[in-house]
Amino acid sequence: MATPNPSANRDSPPSGRVIDLQTIHKNYRMGSETIRALNGVDCRIDANEYVAIMGPSGSGKSTLMNIIGCLDRPSAGEYWLDGENVSKLNDKALARVRNRMIGFVFQTFNLLSKSNALQNVETPLLYGGVGRRERRNRARQALERVGLDDRTFHKPSELSGGQRQRVAVARALVNDPAILLADEPTGNLDSRTGEDIMALFEELYSAGQTIILVTHEPGIAVRAKRHIHLRDGEVTEDYLVENG
Amino acid sequence: MSLLESIRIALNAIRGNALRSALTILMIVIGVGCVIIGAAFGSGTQAAVQEQMSTLGANVLSIYPGQSFGHGRVASSNRVSLTIDDYDALRRDSQFLSAVVPELRSSRQVKFGNKNIHGTITGTTPNYLVVNNRELTHGRMITQSDLAARRRVAVLGYSIPTSFEFAPTSLLGRDISIGRIIFKVVGVFAEVGSGGYGPSVDDAIYIPLTTARFRVFGSDRLGSLSAEVKENIGIDMAMVDIERVLRREHKIRPGDPNDFQIMNRSVFTDMMQSITSTLSTYVIGILAISLLIGAIGILSIMLVSVTERTREIGVRKALGATRGNILTQFIVEAITLGALGGLFGIVLGWLGSEAISSQFDMPLIVEMQTVLIAVAVSVSVGFSAGVWPAYLASKLDPIEALRHD
Repeated sequence: MATPNPSANRDSPPSGRVIDLQTIHKNYRMGSETIRALNGVDCRIDANEYVAIMGPSGSGKSTLMNIIGCLDRPSAGEYWLDGENVSKLNDKALARVRNRMIGFVFQTFNLLSKSNALQNVETPLLYGGVGRRERRNRARQALERVGLDDRTFHKPSELSGGQRQRVAVARALVNDPAILLADEPTGNLDSRTGEDIMALFEELYSAGQTIILVTHEPGIAVRAKRHIHLRDGEVTEDYLVENG
Repeated sequence: MSLLESIRIALNAIRGNALRSALTILMIVIGVGCVIIGAAFGSGTQAAVQEQMSTLGANVLSIYPGQSFGHGRVASSNRVSLTIDDYDALRRDSQFLSAVVPELRSSRQVKFGNKNIHGTITGTTPNYLVVNNRELTHGRMITQSDLAARRRVAVLGYSIPTSFEFAPTSLLGRDISIGRIIFKVVGVFAEVGSGGYGPSVDDAIYIPLTTARFRVFGSDRLGSLSAEVKENIGIDMAMVDIERVLRREHKIRPGDPNDFQIMNRSVFTDMMQSITSTLSTYVIGILAISLLIGAIGILSIMLVSVTERTREIGVRKALGATRGNILTQFIVEAITLGALGGLFGIVLGWLGSEAISSQFDMPLIVEMQTVLIAVAVSVSVGFSAGVWPAYLASKLDPIEALRHD
């Protein structure tokens, strides 16, 4: 089932490489104790890969996701995202990188409850300084892409769980990000709507979208094309999956 | 992100919590409303005082019968009076007066056609016009020959024709009856306005002093005297002059109090001015207190809001909002709350001023300047109340914020 991942080779050319994590360490201080959440993670992900990062809780997968998503900086090591070293960027620059390169999909959807679907999808464009008219158009297109063009003006409270997650996916896609970063995207959905979302991911992947899935559910992870297992802050396994 | 977008987001958030937002700004609405009304009252009074200042020259003294008690109050009694003899004495013996005007006043039934009104009838002399700085819109003033012949002619106050539902011109030359005596209307005064305080001279009818004394009232007791002080003479010197003449006329012994009162008309305006300025101080006090409370209201709601919306802040940061974006969002929201409070307060104050103005016939003037100050102050209140919560919001760590429930 597993073959060694060719992109794990350090000497491979960087062209088409989206993520290049080089010996990433992340330490937290808890009182007088130092917790080593990540302990020298090396990992490269190319464009149009579909990767599942797996591991039990406490394995460091959330920390890794935060670093990949530019919500956090590594304590040591370098993180190259689409050819830019983002490990030493300041808060403002990181916000810009998140805005342009990362599309987040959360387990709890995290939609803005007072805004309708269209406004939610528009939000990243707002912070990206995109003009009103273009924002509207692109947000509508993104909603169309996830099959929600008939729910444009609905508030999150008026949408089902599956529809909310679709809005979240549309929002993640609207800025045409380098990575779609999904954290347990089906965790709050029943298995059938979860299945729908996974089918949507499949579709996006086929269209060329790079997807990174963080999950502890093997049933979900199996949809990805490559698995990276973490344990105690280290990569224990990294292999391509042959399925379908 | 443009300011307009920030305002749109702020309005969205405010609308999303409409009731809470309304309660938050209530104190500012009430505060600004009260201040607008107070300031309008002040401006109105000021304007009325100014108008009186310009109509009544500062060099005119008023003399009333009766003793002065404490705060300028007058005791009226039958023993104490001011008569036409006093008027003659002042004209004859005073050194510093350029003109003396008697006013012999009483109320009488006034009839024109089949309409009856109750009017104040004032017997006076031709110089009433100049000394009191009045003007005529139609016809003429009482003349010396009217006085000499005790003619039955009347000059009407501005409001009288309206009371009879007639145009001033069509009343000229017509006969009206005053206490069953027929008078011919010869003139109509221009409007003075009461300034809203006390009865108005616009409602009075003026007839020759001699006619009033011998034909209508049968009395020589004057309601008041006006005395114009000669140029380059101090008011105080003129008052001493009047006192000297009248005490002699009334045979008041040295050491006994005056049985008349001399009022400098500027005393009245000074009093009004001081009331106005006291009022302004109170207005500023109310403003300060209510805006402080308003600011605390906004501050506490914004603090609650930041805690409540921690996750929203986390999401926005994940989507690319910078600290600056979040800071701006919350400050703009607080400013918008303040500004909304100010705007509703202005509407409340304006409506209140209009209502009071029409209900109590008081001149309340809402000035543009007050409105602008109210807006500026409410915006600054919103800003100062919003800075700290906004800073706290902007400082939130996105990872922590996203984990918050």
